[in-house]
Amino acid sequence: MSRITNKHRGIREIVHNRSLYLLAVPAVLFSVVFSYLPMAGVAIAFQDFNPLAGLFGSEWVGLDNFRFFFRGSDWLIITFHTVFFNLMFIITGTALALALAVMLTELGRNAVVRTVQSVMILPNFISWPIIGLFSVTFFTADTGAINQFLHAAGLAPIDFYTEPGVWPPILVLVNLWKTAGFGAIVYMAAIVGIDRELYEAARIAGAPRFQCIFRITLPLLKSTIVMLFLLSLGNIFGGNLEMIYSLVGDNSFLFGSTDTIDTYVFRALRTSGSLGMTQAIALYQSVVGFLLVVTANKIAAKLDRESALF
Amino acid sequence: MQNSRNDKWLAVLFYAFTIVFAALCLYPFLLVIASSFTEEATLLRNGYRLLPEAFSFNAYKAIFSTNTIPDAYLVTIFITVAGTALSLLVTSLAAYSLSGSRLRYAPQLALFFYFTMLFSGGMVSSYILTTRYLHLQDTIWVYILPAVLSPWNLFLMRNFFNDIPKELFESVKLDGAGELRILRSIVLPLSLPALATIGLFYALAYWSSWAPAMLYIENPKLYSLQYIIMQIIRNIDMAQNIAVSGTPSAVQAVPAYTVRLATAMVTVGPIIFLYPFLQRYFVGGLKVGAIKG
Repeated sequence: MSRITNKHRGIREIVHNRSLYLLAVPAVLFSVVFSYLPMAGVAIAFQDFNPLAGLFGSEWVGLDNFRFFFRGSDWLIITFHTVFFNLMFIITGTALALALAVMLTELGRNAVVRTVQSVMILPNFISWPIIGLFSVTFFTADTGAINQFLHAAGLAPIDFYTEPGVWPPILVLVNLWKTAGFGAIVYMAAIVGIDRELYEAARIAGAPRFQCIFRITLPLLKSTIVMLFLLSLGNIFGGNLEMIYSLVGDNSFLFGSTDTIDTYVFRALRTSGSLGMTQAIALYQSVVGFLLVVTANKIAAKLDRESALF
Repeated sequence: MQNSRNDKWLAVLFYAFTIVFAALCLYPFLLVIASSFTEEATLLRNGYRLLPEAFSFNAYKAIFSTNTIPDAYLVTIFITVAGTALSLLVTSLAAYSLSGSRLRYAPQLALFFYFTMLFSGGMVSSYILTTRYLHLQDTIWVYILPAVLSPWNLFLMRNFFNDIPKELFESVKLDGAGELRILRSIVLPLSLPALATIGLFYALAYWSSWAPAMLYIENPKLYSLQYIIMQIIRNIDMAQNIAVSGTPSAVQAVPAYTVRLATAMVTVGPIIFLYPFLQRYFVGGLKVGAIKG
C-alpha cells in the first residue's frame, strides 16, 4: 500500500519538475548511445563475431575466446606491463609532484617561483602525438639530441628504436615531464591550507626549515597523499594508450617491454580477424578495472567520507 | 645563526632543483622551435640543435604550399569549436538539472552518469556501434559525438552550480520564470569562470583528438592535425608529401624532417597562445575539483 503511494508520489514529482528533468535528457541520450549501448556489446566476447551477421546473427561460443586468451602467455605480459607502468607512474609522479610543491611553497611567492610554476605546467597541455614527435628529436639514432650528447661525451650511441630495455625508464621520465608539474599544483593547494601559526610557532622555537617540512608539512599532507594515491591505485588497470602508442607506435621491436592491455587491444582491433577475442580481452580489463575502482573508492570512503568520489 | 645558514643553503638547493626542472620542461619546446627554423641539410648534418648553423623558413613555407595542413587546421578548428559548444550546452543543462538536490531522483541520475566512468563496453563494441549501426565513419561527427559528454566535467560543473545561493533563483521562480530562463539569465552569467574552465577542458580534448581518425576516417580531407602528427612521427615520406604536391622534380629540395617539426609547432601554436587563460582557469578549476573531490 505504502509502496504504491510512494511510487505515485515519485511520478507526481517527475511530472511536477518535468521542465527540470527535461534538461537532463540530451545528456542521458548521449550517455545511452555512446556509453550504455557499447556495454551491450560485451556480448561479443562470448561470440565468434561475424561483422556481417552482426550482434544478433553471430554464433555463440561460450567462454572459448577467454580460454584462448588465457591459455597463451600474452595476457600475463600485457597485464604485468599495464600494472607495472601505472605503479611506476603513480609512485614517481607523487614523489616528484610532492617535492616540487614543498620546495615552491617554502620559497614563498616571488618572480622566480611564479615563472617556474608557469613553465612546469606547460607540458600538461601538450597532446601525446606532439610529445611523440618531440621524443623523436631526442631519440633518433644519429641526429637525436641524446646521441649527440653521448657522442660529445665519447660514449657509444644507443639505438633507441630497436632497444626495448631502455623504454620503461623513458616512459617513466616522459610521464614525469608531462604530469609532475601540474600534479604539484594540487599539493600546493593543500599546503596553502595548512595553518600558518604552526610554522610561526616552529620558527619562534628556532626549528630549522627542513624540520618544519618533515615535522609539519609532510605529516599534515599525509591524508591528502594517501587519498590521491589510493584513488589512482583504482585506475591501475587503466590504459595509457595515447602515451605508449604516441611514443612507441607499431614498432614491434619494442613490444617486449612496452605492450599494455590497451595497446594490445588497439592493435588487435586494427589488424586481427577476431573481434570476439579482442572484446574478451577488453572485457577482462573493464571488469577487473571496475572492481579495482570500486574497492579503492570504498576504502577511501572508509578513511575519509569527504574525499570519496561518490 | 647555524640554523639560518642551513636555511639559506636549503633555499639555494630548492631554487636549483625547481629551476632545473622548469628548464627541462622548456627544453624540448626550444629544441623543436629552433630545429624547425633550421635548414634541412644543416639539420641532417648537425642533428637537432638549440642554435642552428643556418636559419631557414622553408619548412613553414612548405607546409602551406599544399592543402594538407590548411585542411587539417580547418577540420581541427571545426571539431574544437563545434564540439566545445555542443559539450558545454549538453553538460550545463544536465548539471543544472542535477544541482541543488532539487530533484527527488537526482541521486539516481547522478549514479547513471557516474557508472559510465567506472565501466566501459570497450573499444571493440564502440567500433562496431560507430561503423555498423551509427554509420559515423568518414564523417567529421565521429570526432565530436562520442566525446560530447564527459561525466567528470558534468560533476565538476554541478559542483560549481551547487555553490550558487538557492535564494537567488527561488525569488525569480516566484515571479514565474521557467527553469531555462533561470539557467540563462542567472545561473550561467554567475558561472562564467566555471564555463571557461570546463570549456577549456573540452576544447583541449577536441584539439588533441587523433584516435577517431585512425579508426574511422579514410578521406584525407577529414584528417585532424594530431592524426597527421601521428602519421609523420614514423613515416617521413608522409611529411614529404605534405610539402610537395606530387611533382617528382621538386623532391630533391623538399624538406621533410623540418616540415615535421614545423607541423608540430603550428599544432601547439594556439595552445601556447591561449596559455595565460589555460593557466588561470585550469589551475583554478583544478583546485576547486581537488577540494570538492
